[in-house]
Amino acid sequence: MAQISQDNRGLRLVVRYTVLCLIAAIFSFPLIFMVISSLKPSQQLLADAHSFRALLPVGDISLNNYFDAFKRAPVALFVFNSVLVTGVTVIASLAVCSAAAFAFAFVKWKGRDLALTVILATLIVPFETIAIPLLLEASKLPWIGLDGITWGWLNSYRVQIVPFIADGLTIYLFVQYFKDLPGELIEAARVEGASWFAIYRRVVMPLSGPVLATAAILKFLVMYNQYLWPIMVTQEEQYRPVMVGLQYFFQLNRAWGEIMAYLSLITVPVLAFYLYLQKAFIASIASTGVKG
Amino acid sequence: MASKFTQSNRTGWLMAGPAIALILAFVIAPFFLAVGFSFTNQRLVSPHPAEFTGLSNYRQLLGLGVLHLDPLTDAAGAVVLDDQGQPKLPELRKITRKNPDYPQFDGMREWFSWSSGEGRTYVLARDVVFMTAIVNTFIFVLVVAPLQGGLALGLALLINQRLRGINVFRAIYFMPVVVSIVVVSLLWSFIYNQNDGILNNILSAISFGAIPRIDWLGNPSTAMGAIIFMSVWQAVGFHMVIWLSGLQTISPTLYEAGAIEGASKWQTFRYITWPGLRNTAVLVLVVITMQAFGLFSQIDVMTKGGPLDSTQTIVFQAIQRGYGKQDISAGSAISVILFVIVLSVSLIQRYLTREKV
Amino acid sequence: MKHLKWSVAAVALIGWGSLASATETLTMWYHGAGNEVESKIINQVIADFNASQTDYAVELQSFPQAAYNDSVTAGALAGNLPDILDVDGPNMPNWAWAGYMQPLAIDESKIANFLPGTKGMYNGKLYSIGLWDAAIALVTRQSTLDALSLRTPTLEQPWTAEEFEAALKAAKDSGKFKYALDLGMAWKGEWYPYAFSPFLQSFGGDIVDRSTYASAEGALNGEAAVAWGNWWQHLFTEGYAQADQDGADRDNGFGAGDYAFSWNGNWAALGALKAFDDTVFLPAPDFGNGPKIGAASWQFGVSAKSAHPEGAAKFIEFALQDKYLADFSNGIGLIPATPSAAAMVDNYKDGGPLSVFFGLSNAQGVLRPVTPGYVVQAKVFEKAANDIAHGADVAATLDAAVDEIDADIAKNNGYAAQ
Repeated sequence: MAQISQDNRGLRLVVRYTVLCLIAAIFSFPLIFMVISSLKPSQQLLADAHSFRALLPVGDISLNNYFDAFKRAPVALFVFNSVLVTGVTVIASLAVCSAAAFAFAFVKWKGRDLALTVILATLIVPFETIAIPLLLEASKLPWIGLDGITWGWLNSYRVQIVPFIADGLTIYLFVQYFKDLPGELIEAARVEGASWFAIYRRVVMPLSGPVLATAAILKFLVMYNQYLWPIMVTQEEQYRPVMVGLQYFFQLNRAWGEIMAYLSLITVPVLAFYLYLQKAFIASIASTGVKG
Repeated sequence: MASKFTQSNRTGWLMAGPAIALILAFVIAPFFLAVGFSFTNQRLVSPHPAEFTGLSNYRQLLGLGVLHLDPLTDAAGAVVLDDQGQPKLPELRKITRKNPDYPQFDGMREWFSWSSGEGRTYVLARDVVFMTAIVNTFIFVLVVAPLQGGLALGLALLINQRLRGINVFRAIYFMPVVVSIVVVSLLWSFIYNQNDGILNNILSAISFGAIPRIDWLGNPSTAMGAIIFMSVWQAVGFHMVIWLSGLQTISPTLYEAGAIEGASKWQTFRYITWPGLRNTAVLVLVVITMQAFGLFSQIDVMTKGGPLDSTQTIVFQAIQRGYGKQDISAGSAISVILFVIVLSVSLIQRYLTREKV
Repeated sequence: MKHLKWSVAAVALIGWGSLASATETLTMWYHGAGNEVESKIINQVIADFNASQTDYAVELQSFPQAAYNDSVTAGALAGNLPDILDVDGPNMPNWAWAGYMQPLAIDESKIANFLPGTKGMYNGKLYSIGLWDAAIALVTRQSTLDALSLRTPTLEQPWTAEEFEAALKAAKDSGKFKYALDLGMAWKGEWYPYAFSPFLQSFGGDIVDRSTYASAEGALNGEAAVAWGNWWQHLFTEGYAQADQDGADRDNGFGAGDYAFSWNGNWAALGALKAFDDTVFLPAPDFGNGPKIGAASWQFGVSAKSAHPEGAAKFIEFALQDKYLADFSNGIGLIPATPSAAAMVDNYKDGGPLSVFFGLSNAQGVLRPVTPGYVVQAKVFEKAANDIAHGADVAATLDAAVDEIDADIAKNNGYAAQ
């Protein structure tokens, strides 16, 4: 009897792993196709796309597409710009949105409910639909810099950063998370005479690792993949991000090998970053998601 | 909660002020500008100043009419038959194009129609493409919301077991989420490729050639389905993780109690797991719905709304008119219509999923 | 513009004395980012110009072609246009009408011998000028013509509609090709009106009534247009061509022997010659109103906001030298704008493998409608052509297209000048 149930368990394990692997294949094959294709000359890539060879590193394999991609476009510059814009926005967004959420979750003040309702309503506005009014606005905004007051934000990093620092979804995530923190902690700190800011910094933030990670990932993905807005506001190459750079590869006769190489170049770092942080990512999304 | 410890107008405004100011400046102000444009004839490119035109953009987009046509009769009053022996109807285009007898239908086109009695009843729309876009968007939302939510839950249940290496699978299932939707759309265009794309090859191989090769994106009956599948593929990992979090908050003691009572697997899910996931379900549903209404990038990269308008969507139309056809006022009106639609849907969702105390 | 401000400030600082020798910076936008060869040539032209005189220094900003028009529109909205910009020929009237561009003041005699498609005229004034034109031919192989026993058409005696039909049928019946005709359906966007509206014009229809530019009624839904629509649809229902084409098939299908005929531009001609040394380039068939192909490619013009239009014009005049026309042609395969430049290019000189395109451009080239409304009309035509290819009702589709074009014209006060 024991022997049979042992076998049974073994069989079930095999079935389980088979199912897991099949699903994994479905989720990963397009990305495998991308990376494998980036190693092939365009002609071969297109011919191979018609068979299972598309997923195998066979034939004329080299890194030539990568060298060519660097020759065609300032890839390093685009990646730098994207990382800079994304990084600054994510950090600023975490600070601004968590502070706002703190005020919404723990502090009572005049106008709070109205402000929160309006902010949540903005979740419904797709960015594409306000892009043109925003462009008209951004082209006339003042900025105080080293050379005094200048007008118009085009061709800068700030025009790619500032409009995206505060958004409804990030604030919403923080508010939901904060509401589930034990309120007594805050009360106790107030009784002891701690300032609001001290409570925010010393009590709430240290407990907010998971939600900070979630908000950071979401913002990172949105910012790194920006396309429409940078096209409208960056006329100078020195400010262009990766998704605009992708357009450099869409010439009349498309060099698909180079396109795949560029796609791999801009995607693999994000994947690697993600894999590195995946435990924290999943744990953090897991612990915030529940409070819808 | 509203004790003296929690009341502070100054702190509230100081801490929330920056976020409120930024959102006012960069979301709400442009949105109201767009609302303003929708009541004018504002162009993207024009030497002429915009003029106030009232509701004309909305009338143009949403205008509908119903028309019943009776078959033609000859002098004797008998019904005229066409080549196929069917009753012959008057030509619709003669009625809707510059016909002084029917000014209310001028410029309209057939949206859909059905036979009624001897004749045919037509529902006419001033903008058939936009009507199609609205219907397509709703189809996308209605299919994607339960499908993506359900599959994500299935994956979460699958991945929520103690197995060696389960983290690797978790990571793989989440991977598509971190890839840009534009990149994903480009890759899947290759995969869906009509005659000899990877997908057709796989299907043909596993069915030993029984499944015919399909032009997934070029066929009006499969294009939206193909886009739905790809969209779910890309986003399901994210919602899987949200479900997973919900699963992990359910107390193990409940499951132990269930086991003692001899509950079946289904009963365990029905009476322990599912009730514990209520809040999660609301979050997943709301987020998927909001995202689904914004369907744009996939369409822009893969089909441009075709073939035969089978993948037109509301946001794609807003962009197509506002930028492509330089008609900011119509694009803005579409945005406002979308806002009203999504607002209504989310209010309904909120009502349906409210806590029943 | 920033540089301009600086140089103005510099002039003010230096003040008296050196005003005359100050160098003004002219900014220029160009659509060649990501194309190494093209970038190299344009940079060379600019370097030569900057070295040739001291009044002006041109500074280049390159954009990827796919994002160029959006960038210009955004730049114009934000009041941020350069001095010199390049413009796709059919878009020029829109930009001129909108006030993005000003008339180009160059010596008429300098462009007297330029191909007609390179001159951007609007409201009787020259706004832009091209260093090259592009042309489309029916690409096939001599061996295919021989095997199917088809007459080789010439500029003087192109195929008739019946001959073309017979050729397609013969190619299909031979069973040697996946499809008889590669139309380039994969190239969504401007390709559709550029490549396919000349068929419509050859049938006797048009995208819009060119006598007034006030309506498309009759032009796009009249008898001739419906005949075109039916013919267009039958290409797909008969299985001569595919309504949905993969970009890769477009790029490589002809070379791989998948298609008997390919409707493609001169820029792809060298690749076709490389694939088969018996490749021939045939003129467009005549569907009754003469054989037609699209004309006008990218051109240079001066932005309306430029503070130095005379400097900008000077640069454009400088770039019109035959040697640069020849450089561009050698580099990216385009048709040089003048016969003298063509003579300097191996591909286009008499007897050169691509010289046929020079003749095609000269003899068959038709401009797309010269009206600010073209930008919208092109999109409407594209959708109509695509819908008809997928089986939509021809008359109803063309009626709807006419309604949309007319509504747009009305909404823009007939595209009247300001």
